Amino acid sequence: MRFSGFKVVKEALTGHRGWTPLWRDPAPQAHYDIVIVGGGGHGLATAYHLAAIFGQARIAVLEKGWLGGGNIGRNTTIIRSNYLLPGNEPFYEFSMKLWESMEQDLNFNAMVSQRGILNLCHTDAQRDAFRRRGNAMLLAGADAELLDRDGVRAMAPFLNFDNARFPIKGGLLQRRAGTARHDGVAWGYARAADQRGVDIIQNCEVTGFRIENGAVKGVETSRGFIGAGKVGVAVAGSSGRVMQMAGMRLPIESHVLQAFVSEGLKPVIPGVITFGAGHFYVSQSDKGGLVFGGDIDGYNSYAQRGNLPVVEDVAEGGMALMPMIGRARLLRMWGGVMDMSMDGSPIIDRTHINGLFFNGGWCYGGFKATPASGYCFAHLLATGRPHETAAAYRLDRFARGHVIDEKGVGAQPNLH
Amino acid sequence: MLIPHPLLGPRDAQEFTYLGDAALLNRPDPASGEADFCDYVYLRDNPAGTHRELWYHEYGDRSWLLVTRDTLTHEILDVRMARDVKTGGAA
Repeated sequence: MRFSGFKVVKEALTGHRGWTPLWRDPAPQAHYDIVIVGGGGHGLATAYHLAAIFGQARIAVLEKGWLGGGNIGRNTTIIRSNYLLPGNEPFYEFSMKLWESMEQDLNFNAMVSQRGILNLCHTDAQRDAFRRRGNAMLLAGADAELLDRDGVRAMAPFLNFDNARFPIKGGLLQRRAGTARHDGVAWGYARAADQRGVDIIQNCEVTGFRIENGAVKGVETSRGFIGAGKVGVAVAGSSGRVMQMAGMRLPIESHVLQAFVSEGLKPVIPGVITFGAGHFYVSQSDKGGLVFGGDIDGYNSYAQRGNLPVVEDVAEGGMALMPMIGRARLLRMWGGVMDMSMDGSPIIDRTHINGLFFNGGWCYGGFKATPASGYCFAHLLATGRPHETAAAYRLDRFARGHVIDEKGVGAQPNLH
Repeated sequence: MLIPHPLLGPRDAQEFTYLGDAALLNRPDPASGEADFCDYVYLRDNPAGTHRELWYHEYGDRSWLLVTRDTLTHEILDVRMARDVKTGGAA
């Protein structure tokens, strides 16, 4: 089944009886060439790119729950490539370019909307830092514009420009950034992978790895043993739990991050806006809800819920930035579990076990990275070599002293 | 989240700063080499379940606490003064 405007009209006129399921529900086979653990955005994108770009066959994606039920369905849907460091920025810009073509590639409406992201600055020093960051972005082929106060006012006149403590001095704007429908991303990759023969097996929890003579032979699952030539693990949030089964300790702590949605409102937020003096970011969904969030709670947690102090902190950030948000009522809030790495940057690498590959440590930047993470992980799995934009995301970079620490806060995961 | 301080009774978790896994108490011997220090600084067990961790009572009596907490439920199982816990031991 191929989606098109013609198909939509035809189905509307014929009672919508021609739609078919977006993917099959196959039983697991005894052996696959490549098994991807984790049916979230990154795992599904990996499977899609393995089949579509790297010509691999006999691929399975194993998901312990239902497809897209983890962090791909729990994030604030922001896509952007406004990083500073050379290890990061080319990768995220590669991801941004993949976002721009993914809907055509997948034949699926993921509602990618390049409505822009505006990072506000409140001091001269912050503006200097943004100028430097913008230049780094331009060097990597991304777009960046430094706005002065009037430029910001023209875009978002409702902001609190004259806050006594944090007046708005300007902002760094990336027009190509924006939002995407997060579930649609998972569904689009799942459907496109399935069409290329990938078996997506839900309700199939990996309970162990079978490792012989330092090489992985397959995975033990709740639906029996599944043999595999190569195993790629993409289970951010549960990385510690899963890799422990392979006897690995990771440079990662699991933390809970909360997010919030208000009741539906008329269009008011032009794109994504981030507060530069506290941790608060906000956008508006097509349904009208204000989608916003802030810091992680800050202590190790696998509970998909947080505590009230962060709710209060986020609310304070919102009120400082745009006091009118105080009139909006909160519709719902939720928590997701993040792989917080020791330098705030992700890992896409082979492990010391032959045939076992790891993708994780996305902190709270995993959603925007979904396409490139899948592409680069597929590149590594298929060719054995890291993709050029992900070459810095190695497991041993900590031991080598080549950390990619955007914030410069050191090995303290809850500060990244 | 309330943390039952051994000296001060139940205190709001907001008064504390979180450092992380209590394994940080077990600093390797300076002569033990880079690999041991790399493990100490960067690698974590990160368990889903019972976790021993260090909290600093920054807006309180400035003591370090060793808190045993369930990372799946946030339930606090045990709190003791970090200074009373022998470093490198089994406590």
